[in-house]
Amino acid sequence: MRKSAILESVAQPHLRDDLPEINPGDTVKVHVRVREGGKERIQIFEGTVLAKKHGGIAETITVRKVSHDVGVERTFPLHSPMIAKFEVTRRGRVRRAKLYYLRGKVGKAARIKEAR
Amino acid sequence: MINGIVGRKVGMTHLYTEAGTSQPVTVIQAGPVFVTQIKTVDKDGYDAVQVGFEETKGKKVTFPEAGHLKKAGVGPLKVLREFRGSGNGIEVGQKITVDIFEPGEDIKVVGTSKGRGFAGAVKRHHFRGQHMTHGYMTHRRPLASGATGPQRVFKGKRGPGHMGDETVTQVGLKIVQVDAERNLLLVSGSVPGAPGGLVKILKAEKN
Repeated sequence: MRKSAILESVAQPHLRDDLPEINPGDTVKVHVRVREGGKERIQIFEGTVLAKKHGGIAETITVRKVSHDVGVERTFPLHSPMIAKFEVTRRGRVRRAKLYYLRGKVGKAARIKEAR
Repeated sequence: MINGIVGRKVGMTHLYTEAGTSQPVTVIQAGPVFVTQIKTVDKDGYDAVQVGFEETKGKKVTFPEAGHLKKAGVGPLKVLREFRGSGNGIEVGQKITVDIFEPGEDIKVVGTSKGRGFAGAVKRHHFRGQHMTHGYMTHRRPLASGATGPQRVFKGKRGPGHMGDETVTQVGLKIVQVDAERNLLLVSGSVPGAPGGLVKILKAEKN
């Protein structure tokens, strides 16, 4: 067996199978489990997916939102149990895989067309 | 009792723990190994268990080695390694698998570090080097190697030279998972050497 195949099979049981299809340009709601003072609650982070980094169990998405005029970006590991669920609220039509150019745009210029 | 096993590093990945944190692991394809000789203080001057790892074609083993393995009653094996300690309860020819380990067990891993060739002092000893700008034309040299007083360089003075490709022991590791079916060990953290490198996994001494 190839080394990479062994590594994949080792991580296989830790992958989650309830993931929706998420692509750059989509707007997602990420339900993050937050532990505070022994209690657990869910915090929602909603924004645009700038990038998706592949790599099996190490797969991540970068989500950007503008909160109180400040751009906020968070990178979430897709398979982490600390995330309760991902919800895609809007599909965007974009022509590249990494939308880092959105960082330099504000307001109307930072819009993404809806896919149909 | 044997206190370790021989394996080959497969590579690294990570898993998620129940607490939600990420656990980096190194996957090692370990064993099965076959006991080829039991050394004793009386006969050899020290106690050790010699094991063979990785079955191979007969012609790949030298004639004297083939005879040694035949005496132990095992097939042609590529690698022979020793584990210190008495071979009580172990017989020559016995097969040893990853079963000797349990998840959560403290271990250490001995391997050969990646060879870096002839490396400069900056890479090898973390010398600071010099600045890149302001017209200064030396950048990564070790510069002075001592005072004018002794008129010689002290032995052991750090400088450029061969780096890596040496035996390194990584301590403080733990077994995360044992896959007896596929002879895999999942070890917390990193182990020395490149993927495909030979490693010895040893039980940590209790203290």
